[in-house]
This record gives sequence, C-alpha cells and structure tokens, in this order.
Amino acid sequence: MASALEAVKALASGFATTFMHLFRKPITEEYPEYKRVLPARSRARIILTRDPDGEERCVACYLCSAVCPVSCISMQSAEREDGRRYAAWFRINFARCIYCGLCEEACPTSAIQLSPFFETCEREILKLVYEKEDLLVSHQGKDKEYNFYKVAGVVTALGGKGEHFREDPPVDIKTNLP
Amino acid sequence: MLTWSLGFLILMVKLGAVLLFLLLAAAYLVWLERKFLARLQVRYGPNRAGKYGLLQPIADMIKMLTKEDTIPEGADRVIFLLAPAVVTVTALLMFAVIPFGGDLSFLGKRIPMVIADLNIGLLFVFALSSLGVYGIALGGWASNSKYSLLGGIRGAAQMISYELSLGLSLVPVVMLAGSFSLVDIVRAQEAYPFILVQPLAFVIFVISAMAESKRIPFDLPEAENELGAGYHTEYSGIRFGLFFLGEYVNMQVLGALVAVLFLGGWSGPFLSGPAWFCIKILVVALVMIWIRGTLPRLRYDQLMALGWKVLIPLALVNIVVTGAVILI
Repeated sequence: MASALEAVKALASGFATTFMHLFRKPITEEYPEYKRVLPARSRARIILTRDPDGEERCVACYLCSAVCPVSCISMQSAEREDGRRYAAWFRINFARCIYCGLCEEACPTSAIQLSPFFETCEREILKLVYEKEDLLVSHQGKDKEYNFYKVAGVVTALGGKGEHFREDPPVDIKTNLP
Repeated sequence: MLTWSLGFLILMVKLGAVLLFLLLAAAYLVWLERKFLARLQVRYGPNRAGKYGLLQPIADMIKMLTKEDTIPEGADRVIFLLAPAVVTVTALLMFAVIPFGGDLSFLGKRIPMVIADLNIGLLFVFALSSLGVYGIALGGWASNSKYSLLGGIRGAAQMISYELSLGLSLVPVVMLAGSFSLVDIVRAQEAYPFILVQPLAFVIFVISAMAESKRIPFDLPEAENELGAGYHTEYSGIRFGLFFLGEYVNMQVLGALVAVLFLGGWSGPFLSGPAWFCIKILVVALVMIWIRGTLPRLRYDQLMALGWKVLIPLALVNIVVTGAVILI
C-alpha cells in the first residue's frame, strides 16, 4: 500500500513537471530568422587567406591536398621570378569536403583556414566546386601576424632561397624519395 | 415513400457530416498533438506551413498521397493491402453508435443526433475494437519482416489482454444505466456524470483504452527504438496514412467513449450538445497527449502484469461492489 502511494506521488510529480513546462518559452532557435553567432574556430567553409602584406599565403606545398581524407583539394604549383611559390590554380570540391579541418592543421603557412560561414548549399552540385578566386579572401583569418615570406622562401637582397638566417636549403624532391 | 426517402436523405447527410468531421478532426488532432507535445517538451512544433503550422496536416496528406506505395518482396499481398483498411474502417465504424447531441426536430420529424442508436451499441463498439486487432496482427504478419511480425504479435497480445479490463470496467456503467445503448447511457447521466460514482471504472477504462489505441506509454506494438515502427514498418504512402488515420480516429472514438460513458456525453450548460461533446473529446485528447509527454513506455512484462494482475481484478471487484450497492 505504501509503495502504491509512493508510485502515485511519483506519477503526480512527473505530470506536474511536464505541465510546468507548458508555460516555459520554447528554447528552439528558429534558424533562418535567428542565426546564432558561431565561434570563430567553428569549422565550415574553407578560405585561402593573405599575409599582412596582402599577398597570397599559399605556397602550393600540396600538404592539404595530401592530408585531405576525401581528396577534395587539388592544385597546381608555380613559381614567381623571385622564387616565391604560389598555386597556379587551386580547387576545393565542397560537395566532397567533410569539414574535418585537417588541411588547416597541415598548412605550414596558415594559408588555408576554415571559417564559420556554413550556408553554402547549392541546387547544382557543380557550383560547389570552388576555384582559387572563390576561395581567396582579403584578410588574414585567424592568424593575423604570420608572414612566411618575410623570413624564408624567396630571393632577397640578403641572399637566395635557403641562404637566410636559420633557413634550410630547399629540399631536392628527387633525393627525398624512399 | 416520402418519409422513407426523407429519412434516407437525413441519414446520408448525417453520415457525410460525421465522416467529414472525423477525417478533418483526425488531421487536426495530429496537428494539435504535435503542437501540444512540442510545448510540453519546450519546443515550438510545426510552425512553417501556414500560420502556426495550420497547413501542416494538408502538407502531410499531400505527401502521403503522392509517395510510392511499396509492397515488400515476399509479402502476402492481399492481406498486406487489406490490413490498413481494416484498422481505419473499424475505427470509423465505431462512431456510428456514438451520440453526439440531443434530438433535433426538423420538418416535424425527430432526428436523433446519432447515426444508429443500436440497443447493443456498447457491444458493437467492443466487437469493432476487437476486429481492429486483426488489422494490426495481419499487417504485421503479411509484411514478411521480423519487426513487423513482432509488432503484430505484441499488438495482438496487448489488445486481447486489455480488451478484458476494458469490457469489465464498463459493466458497472451498464448496470447503472440499465442499457447497452449509448444514448440511454447518456440519458442516465442527466443528474450526475458517472465519473463521480465510478471513479475506479473511469481510471481502468482510460488506461485500458490507451492500451487499446496503442498510445504511449502502451505503444509496444510500434516501439520505434526496438522494432523500427512495429507493425507498420513496411508500409508507405497512403497505406501508412491509413494506419495513421485509424490511430487518430481511434483516439477520437476513445475520447468520445470517455465522454459518453463517464462525462455525461453531450449534456452541459449554456452550449449546444455537439459543442459540449467536442469540448469533452478535446479535453480527453489533451490529457492523452499530456500522458504521452510524461510517461515512458512500459516494459512488456510490466504491461502484461498491469493488465492481468491489477486492472482485471480491480474491475471485477468494482463490479461486485457496484452490484452490491445497487441491490441494497
């Protein structure tokens, strides 16, 4: 009998709890009308940032392309007259991208970064293939200071490629094979 | 001849009105359930299709009508196609004996606000609700899927168990009213509704009725976490829609039965009979949704223990006590 009373009490408190919830404001965030400000480090659309001088940071090292688990990044490297490397073309297929952020982690020059902007839906799948001009932005992204070519990688008045202070000579990829 | 054709016309009008009302109310009961349940869970519920999501039932209906009607390989085609209709038709037919208002007079004729005032109305309701089990058991069996089969078996076992307590809980009501006709039962409650003298029967009836209509916390036949969707796992399109419709018409029938048997049917002050009747059904439906929003699903053994070890003995005791009181 006592346990039955206990059960009835428990039931009543349960019903009271759900009844009280009727008068609470729903906690739903109604998405298209209300857009939550996402954290700066949330991972969505990929951008190619520029260094503080306004030049492209990407050195076309292929590391992001190599680390990408779904192989959605492809590029072609090229070199300027002063030895500065850049991507002749750079392509990300967002239809395949899983926004894992490994490319950002692999990037040695903070060039490729993930931005919080996630509304990239398209009706046509080929529109999700972004070219370099779609990816390039005019700011530094999360890494404001970093400027790789200030310290290495180009020919300057102080010396050629690999001759600056604490700079290793360029790797000869032909001898680097296993 | 003229009176005959006039009676036929009135009957057809009543049938059409009730059917239309039932189907429309079933659609908006779904909306109400989703909306009310959402508020119980601190959500908004459907609010995109039209103002307050009021067009949602229409959108759902269009979706169900236009979806592909698939029949799984190895299914027993005839039974598979028939089962949803059994569920819906039995649920709809139950409304034939439920009175939704007092008598009207029209052109000097007395028009009862019930489609068929059977003198065995209550037995008719029980017979149809037992037949409704076939839709579930056969639908589960004919689908050729283990989840459907398990759902169908559970449905059959559960509904047969709770049919007993459902029937037994109403014996005192019949004893008090002295009739199986639902119209007479409502008339017998003119002084006071039976919920005041039969609170135990009311509780037993509501619990059994919820088990009978397979609603949470008694939704074991369609327990989605264990069985996919139970007996209607393999159904799609309008056949699934028919199961769904049957379920919500059943909910209305149960609300109507609770209103008729315990809450005094159409009687009430100020408002007209059908209005009171609708309000009572609505209140019962809201309470059922509230229960759905509160209680978790019972385990299978708990379900059976509740039915056989608690509700049936209580109902029997209630019959004996009521009988004794009437005798004295």
